[in-house]
Amino acid sequence: MALSVDSALYRWRRLGTESSSQTLSESTPLLFSVKDKPKLNLNKCRIVFPDNGRRWKDRKQASTLYPGNKIQTTKYTWLTFFPKNLFEQFHRLGNLYFLFLVVLNWFPQVKAFHREITMLPLIVVLLASMIKDAVEDYKKYHFDKTINFSKTRVYDKEEHAYVEKCWKDVRVGDFVQLQCNETIPADILLLYSSDQNGICHLETANLDGETNLKQRQVVLGFSSQNSLFEPEFFQNTIVCEVPNNDLNKFKGYMEQPNHERIGFNIESLLLRGCTIRNTEAAVGIVIYAGHETKAMLNNNGPRYKRSKLERRMNMDIFLCVGLLFVMCLVGAVGHGIWTGNFSEHPPYDVPDENGNFLSPVLAGFYMFLTMIILLQVLIPISLYVSIELVKLGQVFLIHNDIDLYDEEADLPIQCRALNITEDLGQIQYIFSDKTGTLTENKMVFRRCTINGIEFSHQENAKRLETHKELDLDDEEFAKLQSFTLPPMNTERAATYKQRTMRPLRRSQSARAHFQGHTRNRSLGRCDSNRSQVAFSSTIEKDVTPDSRLLRRVREAALQIGNLSSSIHTNISTSLTDFFLALAICNTVLVSTATKPRQRVTVPPPIKPSGITLEKIHQIFQRLKLASLSQSFSSSQCMDCCDNDDDCCASGRGDEVQGKDSTDIGSASLDEVFKSVTSSSLPADFCYEAESPDEAALVYAAQAYSFTLVSRTPEQVTVRLPQGMLLTFDILYTLGFDSVRKRMSVVVRHPLTKEIVVYTKGADSVVMDLLEDSTRADINAEKRTKRIKEKTQKHLDCYARDGLRTLCIAKKVLNEDDFQKWANFRREAEAAIDNRDELLMETAQHLETKLTLLGATGIEDRLQDGVPDTIEALREAGIQIWVLTGDKQETAVNIAYSCKLLNQRDTVFTINTENKETCESLLDLTLEEVRKNYEIKKPRRKIFGIIPTSFSAAEVPSPEFGLVVDGRTLNIIFQGGLETKFLALTKHCRSVLCCRSTPLQKSMVVKLVRRQLQVMTLSIGDGANDVSMIQAADVGIGISGQEGMQAVMASDFAISRFKHLKKLLLVHGHWCYARLAKMVIYFFYKNVSYVNLLFWYQFFCGFSGSTMIDYWQMIFFNLFFTSMPPLLFGVLDRHVSAETLLVLPELYKNGQNSEIYKLSTFIITMLDAFYQSLICFFVPYLTYRDSDIDVFSFGNSINTISLLTILLHQALEMKTWTLFHLVTMVCSVLFYLIFSLIYNAVCVVCNPPTNPHWIMEKQFSEPTFWLLCLITPLIALLPRFVISVLRGTFGASLILKAQRLDKLPKEKRDLEIQKLRSTILTTSVAPVASPAPNEDLYQNMSHLCVSPFLHPVATAAVSGDTESQGLPISEVNPLRKQIPEEGYHFFNRWAEEESTATDPSAGPFFGHYPVVPSRVTTPGQNSGKLTKDNANNFSHGSHRRSVSAVTL
Amino acid sequence: MKSKTSFLPQGEARPSRCPDNTAFKQQRLPAWKPRLNIATVLSSFFLSGAFCLSVGVCLILSANSVREIQIDYSAQCSECSKLRENSSNWNKECTCSANFTLEEGIPGDVFMYYGLQNFYQNHRRFMMSRSDAQLLGQNAKIPKNCAPFATYRNGTPMAPCGAIANSMFNDTIELFYNSNSSAIPVPLLKTGNCWWTDKNVKFRNPESYNLSSAFAGTARPPYWQKPVYSLDEEDERNNGYLNEDFIIWMRVSAFPMFRNLYRRVRRVRQFADGLPAGNYTFSISYNFPVTKFKGRKHVILSTVVWSGGSSPFLGIAYVVTGSAATLTGFVITAIHLKLRKKKTYFQK
Repeated sequence: MALSVDSALYRWRRLGTESSSQTLSESTPLLFSVKDKPKLNLNKCRIVFPDNGRRWKDRKQASTLYPGNKIQTTKYTWLTFFPKNLFEQFHRLGNLYFLFLVVLNWFPQVKAFHREITMLPLIVVLLASMIKDAVEDYKKYHFDKTINFSKTRVYDKEEHAYVEKCWKDVRVGDFVQLQCNETIPADILLLYSSDQNGICHLETANLDGETNLKQRQVVLGFSSQNSLFEPEFFQNTIVCEVPNNDLNKFKGYMEQPNHERIGFNIESLLLRGCTIRNTEAAVGIVIYAGHETKAMLNNNGPRYKRSKLERRMNMDIFLCVGLLFVMCLVGAVGHGIWTGNFSEHPPYDVPDENGNFLSPVLAGFYMFLTMIILLQVLIPISLYVSIELVKLGQVFLIHNDIDLYDEEADLPIQCRALNITEDLGQIQYIFSDKTGTLTENKMVFRRCTINGIEFSHQENAKRLETHKELDLDDEEFAKLQSFTLPPMNTERAATYKQRTMRPLRRSQSARAHFQGHTRNRSLGRCDSNRSQVAFSSTIEKDVTPDSRLLRRVREAALQIGNLSSSIHTNISTSLTDFFLALAICNTVLVSTATKPRQRVTVPPPIKPSGITLEKIHQIFQRLKLASLSQSFSSSQCMDCCDNDDDCCASGRGDEVQGKDSTDIGSASLDEVFKSVTSSSLPADFCYEAESPDEAALVYAAQAYSFTLVSRTPEQVTVRLPQGMLLTFDILYTLGFDSVRKRMSVVVRHPLTKEIVVYTKGADSVVMDLLEDSTRADINAEKRTKRIKEKTQKHLDCYARDGLRTLCIAKKVLNEDDFQKWANFRREAEAAIDNRDELLMETAQHLETKLTLLGATGIEDRLQDGVPDTIEALREAGIQIWVLTGDKQETAVNIAYSCKLLNQRDTVFTINTENKETCESLLDLTLEEVRKNYEIKKPRRKIFGIIPTSFSAAEVPSPEFGLVVDGRTLNIIFQGGLETKFLALTKHCRSVLCCRSTPLQKSMVVKLVRRQLQVMTLSIGDGANDVSMIQAADVGIGISGQEGMQAVMASDFAISRFKHLKKLLLVHGHWCYARLAKMVIYFFYKNVSYVNLLFWYQFFCGFSGSTMIDYWQMIFFNLFFTSMPPLLFGVLDRHVSAETLLVLPELYKNGQNSEIYKLSTFIITMLDAFYQSLICFFVPYLTYRDSDIDVFSFGNSINTISLLTILLHQALEMKTWTLFHLVTMVCSVLFYLIFSLIYNAVCVVCNPPTNPHWIMEKQFSEPTFWLLCLITPLIALLPRFVISVLRGTFGASLILKAQRLDKLPKEKRDLEIQKLRSTILTTSVAPVASPAPNEDLYQNMSHLCVSPFLHPVATAAVSGDTESQGLPISEVNPLRKQIPEEGYHFFNRWAEEESTATDPSAGPFFGHYPVVPSRVTTPGQNSGKLTKDNANNFSHGSHRRSVSAVTL
Repeated sequence: MKSKTSFLPQGEARPSRCPDNTAFKQQRLPAWKPRLNIATVLSSFFLSGAFCLSVGVCLILSANSVREIQIDYSAQCSECSKLRENSSNWNKECTCSANFTLEEGIPGDVFMYYGLQNFYQNHRRFMMSRSDAQLLGQNAKIPKNCAPFATYRNGTPMAPCGAIANSMFNDTIELFYNSNSSAIPVPLLKTGNCWWTDKNVKFRNPESYNLSSAFAGTARPPYWQKPVYSLDEEDERNNGYLNEDFIIWMRVSAFPMFRNLYRRVRRVRQFADGLPAGNYTFSISYNFPVTKFKGRKHVILSTVVWSGGSSPFLGIAYVVTGSAATLTGFVITAIHLKLRKKKTYFQK
C-alpha cells in the first residue's frame, strides 16, 4: 500500500511538471489512491526510497529528482570560463567604464588614442581578474575532484553487500556504511550503529570548528538495532523536509509498511563533512546528497562590505565625474567656437577621409566624447585596484601582529573581511556581548544555596584568587592546599593537591617570555591531556568544597549509612537531591582521563563494597518518606541567615563557626570513603559539556563526591559519597532552549522507582514554576515560602556579585501522570508540522509545580585587560553599550567591575512594560539629563528610574549610565520611542541592555546605526550574537568558548577582548589614516596629472591632442607613481603604536573622519589644480615662442609632474623606512631609465606620435634641468608653507603626538602625562561645576518623594507590594515577579534616598560581596581568610559608601 | 552554546600560528621620521631662496645677452598674400622684401628662424596625419594614417603623405647685406639645422639608384609645387625625405605660435664674427598663405645662449620664487621669535 502511494506521489509530481493530457488518463486512478494524503507536497517535503532489492523501482524513479552527491563548487568549466568570466567582470562599473572608453575610441571621429592602446588597461584589468578567478577555480576544481573521488562503502542491491564507491556516485536513498574516523559523504539518516545504545559520535570540526564530540542516535524506535542491520529488509519510506541550510534543525518521519510512523530529528542525521568517532560502524540512508546537504547549503563565500571611507570615496568619484563632465564640456564648446571662427578651413584642419569637414556643432559633440577618452584618468579606476592591494597589505600586517596573537588558543587575529580595515579606525559605538566577551566564559562554581541556606565556598573563592596570581610560590600554595581540605581526608587531599598543583607549576614554567611580550599562559590549555576536553580547565575542575557543606553532605551520607533517622533528614534529602540534580540534569558526556575521547557509557562493573543494594534501597525508601512528611526544623548552626533580613551581610560571626571542627562521625565516614577510594573506579573523569555552566556544575557535584560516572541516552550513573553507584533510567531529556531558559531530565529513580523530574534553569523562570504551597500543612507552606524567599535573596546577592545564577528544582511524578504526558510527548515528537511548538508545549506542561532544591552561583570571570581596554576605548570617544541576555544585576555588576560604569556615575534604570510609562520615564530622564548639562549641576533623580549610584560631591562632572531590559526595549521599539531613547542614550556614557534576545540586540544595533548615522562595531562570541555582529558595520567575533558561529559571521575574529584595544586604537587608526591619505593622494594625483592635458587643450584648439606620448602616460600611472602611494598606504605610521595606545584620544581623529572629508577633498582638489597649473604653465611660458616640439614639451611636463607628484608624496610621508626611500628613488630612476630606453629604441613603434630621442635631447639642455628644479618647488611651496604654519600654530593632537614620538622615552612619558592631564581638564572643563548646594540637593530629594512628580514615581517609591495609582505590574514587572526582599537592593536605595539618612549608615549598607556566614576552617587558615573577608568587605562597601556619604 | 577547544594530539607538533616577530611584520621597521623644526624649516627656506635668486639672476643675465631681430613679413607682403588667397594662382611667383637695420653687429652664431603665428600644428587630427614608416623609406606606396592626404583619387599615393607634409612651409627666405648699395647675399647653411637623429635615424629615402626613381609611382602632395625628390636639387643628401626643411617641419611644434630653425649664418668672410652692423634685406619668395587662418609669418634672426632662447621667463620665475622663499623665511623667523616668548612654539 505504502508502495503504491509513494510511487503515485512520484508520478503525481511528475504530472505537475509535465501536465500533458495523455498521461492524465493513465494516472487518474493513481491520483485517487493518493487522496487520503493529499497534503504531501514534494515542494514541501522530500520522500526518500531505500535503494535495495525491494524498493529499487520507486527509488529509480525518485532518484532522478534528487541531485547526486557529486559536488561542483567551481564557477566555470573550460568552455564557459571565458564568456562567463567576462560577463561577470562587466558587472563591475569600473570595467564598464573602461569598455565604454574603448568602444568610444573605435570611432574615428572621436578617437583620441590608438585603439589598441586604449584597450590595454581594460585588458590588463580583465586579464588579472581572469587569472585570479581561473586559479581560484582550478584550486576548487582540484579540491572537488579529490572529494568527489573519495571512497565510501555503499550497499549494492545486486551483490547484496557493501561495495566501495566514489562519493560522487552516492545517491539519495543509498545505504552507506561508515567506519570510525571516516568522513561522512552526504547527509545521512542514521539507521544503525555498532554502539549497543545506537549512538554514533561525531566530530563536527569541519562544519563549525567545534572539536567536542556530538552524539547522534539511531532513529528512535527503529527496531532493527540489536541485530546487524540488513538493508535488504528496510522497507520504510522516509519523508522529511526539503533541503535547507539550518544545521540544527531537521525533522521527518519514517513510514513503515504498516503505516506506522516513526519520527526523527536532527539527532539522527549525520551531516556531510563530519567525522565519525568512537563508533566502529554506522549505517545510514542518504537523505540529502551533493549540493543539497546542509554543509554545502551553509557554504557561503566571504562577505563583502563597503567601508565608510569607500562610500565617501564613491561620492567624491561622482564629484570627479561632474568635474570630468565640465571639463569635457569646456573642451566641446571651445572646440566648437574655435572651429566656427574660421571662415575658410585652415590647412591644419584636416578633413575626414572623404575630404568633408564637420560642422562646428558636430565637431564639438565629437570633441566631448574625445575629451572623455582623453581625460578618463580623472575617474581614478586604478584607485579601486590600489585600495584592494593596500587593504591586502594592511590585513596582512594586522594578521601578523604578535600582540593580537593569543598564545593559549594558538590563534592570531583572523581577518575575514578584507575590505573594511579602515572602518576599524572610525568606530563610534561598540556593542558588546557580556558573557564570553567581557568575561572569560570559564564558569567556576562559586556558591550555592540549598534549602535556603547559603554556602559561600570561601575556600573556593580563595582558590580562584590564587589562580589569578600566578606568581604564587609553591610553598605558599602547599600551605593553602593543606587546609583546603579537612584533615580527616588526607588521602583525598593528596589527590586534590596533586591535581591542582601540577597545572600551576606548569604554568609557571610555561609562562612565556618572548620579545618582551610577557604573556600568561592559561592553565588548562597547555596541559594537552586536558585541552582535548571541552570546558574543563583546571579552574572549572577543581572545586574546593565548602567545608560546612561538605560536612553536611557527609553527615547526610553518614545518616544513610547508619540507617538512623535524624532530625536533619529533610536537609539530607535536599542535599542529596540537589547534588544528584547537579550531576544528572545536564547533557554532559563522560570520558576518562586515560582515554579522553572514549566515552564512558557503561558503568564500571564494581559493586560498592560493604553496602548491599538492598540496604541502599531501604535507605532511599525511608528517605523518601522522611522528605514527604518532614517538618521544618532549622538547626542552630544553619540558620545563620535566618535571623536577619540581610543574610549576605552577615560576615560577622563566621569565626565562631570556623572553630567548629569537622570530625563528627568521621570514623564511619572514613570507612565509606575508604571503600570508594580503594575501589578500582577510574580516578579522573573528564566531562564534555555543551555549555560551560554544565561542566562547572558537574565538577561541583564531583567535589562533593557525587560523581557522574557515565551517561548514555538511556541511563546515567552517579557515584554517591558512600561509594555506591546509582544508575538512573533517563526517560526524557528536555533540552535547554533560550525561550524556556531551563532544561529538565525525567529519570526513574533506581531505588524508589519514582519518576523524578529534575529541572535546572534561570531563576526568573524557575521561581515562577514552583509549586504553590496550598497544601494543608501550614508549616510546610511556611517553610517552602521561607526557603523560596531566602533563596531569592541569595540569588540577588549572587547576581549583585556578578555570578550567574541557576535554580535547581525537582518534581516527583506519579506513574499515570507520567504515562499521559509521555504519550503526549511521543505524539509531539512524531509530528512533522509545528513540531517545535508541540515539543515546547509538552515541556512546559511538565515543568510545573516544582519543588525548589536550591540555587547555584557560577562565576564568570572578567577577561584580563577588560577594564583597561574599556577605559581606553571610552577615552577614545567610543560609546560602549553592553547588550546581554543576562540578568540586570549581573550585568550592572560586571559593568562596574569592567569600568563601564563608574562609581560616580548616575545610573538610570528603566524597567517597564507599559508604553505610556516608558515614554514619560524617558521624557523625565531626558529632561533631567539635559538640565544637568545646562545648569551643570547634577544630582537629581526620578523614581521608577532608580539611580543605583550618584556622583560624589567633589567630582565635577557626573556621567550617566542607562540600564534597560529586554521588555523595555520591546516597548521602545513597538511604541515608536526610538528617538527619545536615542536622545537619552546620547547623553549617557554607557548603556546596558539586559535580558535582551538576539533579535533585540541586532535591532538596537540597527537602530543606532541608522538613526544616528554612526559607525558601529559589534563584538560577541556566541551564536546569540550573530545577528548583532551582522547588523553592525564591523562585526568582531571572539573565538572563545562558545563555538564558531560568531566567528563565522564576523569580519574579524580575535580571541580576547583586550585585543580590541590595539586593533582599534592602533590598527584601526593606522588603516584609516593610511587609506584616507592614500585615497586623497590618488585623487590629487589623477586630477593634477589629467589637468595638464586639459590645459594643453587651450593651446591646440581644443582638438584633444596630447603632448605626452601615450605609453609614457599609461606607465606614469601604472608604474612610475603607483608604488610609493601603495607603500605609503601599507606602511605609513604617522604616530607610533605606543603613543596611540597611551593617548586614546588620538582615535577621535579617525572617528571624525578628519583626514578624509569633503573639505579636505576640496582643498586637495584645489591644490591639484594649482599644482597642475604650475606644472603646465611654467614650462609653457619658458618654451613659448621657441622651436620646441610637442613631445619635447610633453616630456618635460611629464618629468616635472612626476617629480612634483612624488615630492608631494614625500612631503606627506611621516615615516621613511628603507622601503620608502628605495621605492621613491626607484620610481624616479625607473622613469628616467625607461624614458631613455624607450626614446632611444622606439623609432616608429608608436606611429603618429614619435618620441624618438627626445629624452636624450632634453637631458642635454640646461633649460630642462632648470625647469625640473624650479617647477616642483613652486608647485609645492604653498603646501610646505602651510604645513609649516600648521606645525607652528595648529595645536592638533596628532601633531603633538608626532612630536612626542621624537622625544626620548623618559621624556616622552613625562610629556604624555602632561598631555593627558591637559586633555582631561579641557574635556572636563566645560562641564565643571562647583560643588552642589547641599540645601538644593536636599530639596531635590524631597521633591522626588512628593507625589506630584509622577504617579508612577510615587508608586515606585512607596514600596514593594502596595500600589498607588498604577498597578505595580505596570511600573515594574520585575518587582512583581521577585518578592519584596529579592528586590530590596533597589528599593532600599529608594528608601534611603527619600529619607536622606545618616551618612554614617553608609558602610553597613549597600553593596558588598556575599560574605560567608560560616567559615569552617581549621587553624591557621581562618585568620587569613577573615582578613581577606574584611578586605573584600571594605572594598565592596567602599563603592557604595562614597555615594552614601554624598547623601 | 557549543564548545571549541583546540585539539592537540600529544606529540604531534603543529607549527605554531604565532606570527613572526620581525620588524617588518610588527611594523617596527627603523624609520626616519622627518619632523619640521625651526632649524630645518628656516634653513630650507633661506637656502632655496638664495639658490633660486642666484640662478634667476644668472638666467636673466644670459637671456638678456641674446640678440634677436624679429620681422613680421606678413604685413609687408600683403600683395603676395592676396595673390596666394586665390588658390588658382598657385604657380605664380611672388617675391617681396623686408628691410631692417642692425645698429650693432650680432656676434657669434646667428640662427635664422621662420615664425608662424596661429598655425595649429598641434591640432590632433593634423598631428596624426603622417606616416613615420613612409618617412623611414618603408612601404612608400601604402601610406597609413594619412587620409585624406594619402592617395589621389586615381590611387596614386602621395609622397610624403599626410596633412603635415602637405602643408609644409614653403616660403624661401634669403638674407642680403646691403653694403655700399650692393646687396651681398649672406651665406646661409641649409644643413645641420635639424636633430642628428632625425636626419640619420628617423628619416630615410627609399632605397633606389636615384631619388626620382625611388619616388616613382608616387605623386607630390597637392599643396606642393615640387615633388619631394626635388626639394633641394643642389644637395643630394638634403633631398627627398632627408630635406632638412622638411624634417624640421615634420617635427610638430608644441604651440600655435612657434618658430622653426630655417638657416644658420655661415661664418665666412665678413660674416665670420656674425652679422656686422648695417642694413639688411630679407628677400622672400612668398608661397605659404596664412590669411586663411588669420596667421602671421615672421622671420627671426637670433643668437643662442646656454639657457636657451631670449625668453627671460625662467629667470624671472627663479627670482620670484627665490624672493618668495626668502620672504617666507623671514616671516617664519618673525613668528618664531614672537612665539618663543610664549614658549609654546615647537615644544621640546
